[in-house]
Amino acid sequence: MKRRVGFKVERRPVASGRVVFLVSLLAILAALVVAGIFFRIYGVSPIHAYQLILRGSLGSRFGLTETVRRVIPLLLCGVGLTIAFRALFWNIGAEGQLLMGAVAAAGVALFSGLPGPLLLPAMFIGGFIGGATWGLIPAILKVMLGLNDVITTLMMNYIAIYFVEWLIHGPWKGPTARGFAYTDTFPRAAWLPTIYGTRIHWPTLVLGLVLAVVMYIMVTRTRIGFEIRVIGENPDAARFAGISQLKTTLIVMLISGGFAGLAGVGEVAGIHMRLLGPTNISMGYGYTAIIVAWLARRNPLAVIVTSLLFGVIMTGGDVIKVSLGLPFQLINVFNGLILFFLIGSEILLRYKISFLLRR
Amino acid sequence: MGWETWIITTFSRSLAYGTPLLLGTLGEIYAERSGVLNLGVEGMMIMGAYSAFTTAYITGNPWLGILVAAVVGGAFSLIHAFASVTLKANQIVSGLSLTMLGLGLSGMFGRGWEGKPLPATIPKITISGLSKIPFLGPILFEGQNLIVYLTILLVPLLWYILYRTRIGITIRSVGESPATADSLGINVDRVRYMCVLLGGVLAGVAGGYLSVVYRPAWTEGMTAGMGWIVIALTIFAFWNPVYGMLGAYLFAALYHLSYRLQPWVSPEFLKAMPYAFAILVLIFVSRGTLQKRMGAPAALSLPYTRGEE
Repeated sequence: MKRRVGFKVERRPVASGRVVFLVSLLAILAALVVAGIFFRIYGVSPIHAYQLILRGSLGSRFGLTETVRRVIPLLLCGVGLTIAFRALFWNIGAEGQLLMGAVAAAGVALFSGLPGPLLLPAMFIGGFIGGATWGLIPAILKVMLGLNDVITTLMMNYIAIYFVEWLIHGPWKGPTARGFAYTDTFPRAAWLPTIYGTRIHWPTLVLGLVLAVVMYIMVTRTRIGFEIRVIGENPDAARFAGISQLKTTLIVMLISGGFAGLAGVGEVAGIHMRLLGPTNISMGYGYTAIIVAWLARRNPLAVIVTSLLFGVIMTGGDVIKVSLGLPFQLINVFNGLILFFLIGSEILLRYKISFLLRR
Repeated sequence: MGWETWIITTFSRSLAYGTPLLLGTLGEIYAERSGVLNLGVEGMMIMGAYSAFTTAYITGNPWLGILVAAVVGGAFSLIHAFASVTLKANQIVSGLSLTMLGLGLSGMFGRGWEGKPLPATIPKITISGLSKIPFLGPILFEGQNLIVYLTILLVPLLWYILYRTRIGITIRSVGESPATADSLGINVDRVRYMCVLLGGVLAGVAGGYLSVVYRPAWTEGMTAGMGWIVIALTIFAFWNPVYGMLGAYLFAALYHLSYRLQPWVSPEFLKAMPYAFAILVLIFVSRGTLQKRMGAPAALSLPYTRGEE
């Protein structure tokens, strides 16, 4: 008796939520396995490494709080990016938008002279405007002149990085910074309150969670949410339905850039209390948030979960750096692999593969 | 230092620094001409830089290092080709993941290779007769190396292939209208694979040049955003190898000047220039109907599946 195993490939109409979840989980697992192989080649036991990451990021009070403080910028940037990606606007520039939000907040904190209680709200408004402005420039360039959004948002990141560098080496360099390249420390009134004994600046966290819910309601229940989806899924239909591409794109990038800007406010007002080197402010939150949003399948509510996963990975990177002497860059291996397996697995969402056992 | 020496050094160093930019740009031009946007240039370059340095260090042979960089860059690019051509995955996301992966892997395995001196690098050549030519001689024929010259030679070659041969027409038609190319019996997927592979090989060599010739040393993240300048240069060049050469050397000059003009202009301003310049040039050339004539491949970043259009 001979058995033959065959398989059949069919087109799947629409993947159910359960399938999407399982396929995403499979992609993450595959990425972890391949990353484990790299650990092995490097000479570190992958099981040991993963134990370290888990224990270091979730297993202790300190680790957990470090994870949560990294979730905050990932959450804010990630929620904004789901909106941009829904409209198929390729915002790769959350990093720069975050930095410009930080710049605006620092400017308000150091030079506005506003009285105490008004200072923090003004910093958040300023940060939103800073990030949104940086996001609106590529939006306008795309709609008016047809410029490629990937390129412009990316280039704007570098311009923002050097702008921050210039500020902290030049005009904004703090007289009390003793020659270091950063601004003076913000006045006390510009410090975000933190949960006692941690670096979790909770107002920003609450803001991120609220915005995730609000954005979820917006995309699922409102007219503008519907228009964003139509623009992304079927631009021709959008044009026939009279949906303005200009208006929708501007709104989308106002949100996406603005939220990234808010994340920047949180970093300078909740962690550093001053404007400092761009890589110290962000550590690539804006880039990691792209994966956060993609893994969430552009669902703002799901970003709460996916940003937690990448918070764990980022804190894990710190742990691995300290205990195994590996560079922080290591988290890019995880980021790259997860992203790659994620898009690779999307074919499983479009096609159904069933295994058949034949005699 | 007299102003003449100053200008000569500036040009000469621009030629040296522009070489990896040009190599990367030439490769990306071919990939994009076939319709595949590869945002993984930075990742392929840094993998090339890492593998070239380690190979050259262990074997003592810099040329072997460059060769390995080409192989590694090519192999790395195939990941992107597999995702975007075979699996029809999103090219933007796939390219980004390639960059992240390259930066991560090279950072991880490059640990312990930092600060090591390379036993031998590719020799500098001075062509004794020609270097006597006033002005041009010292720029072009003194203290450069073979890779600089080979890269320059690649420009007319790749231009000729793209515009004057059957292979070039095939590549461009795949990038403009894959369905038409397919109906004419062209294997769209294979053409795209080959072009992405060429892009990877050239990006790998560019990285290798950085770590075994230009520096020569290995530091984590040493490509420092060069891969993204390449992406900008490709558009700046209107997807044409000859303009690619002009752009690469121009940006290299800007980069070099950012150090030399430090006392007068803030270095941050000059370092941001290439990026701002890329956007400004795009604005300038993309007004209205000019867009079509700019030469962007019509099917750029669109996956092709037979019968689905």
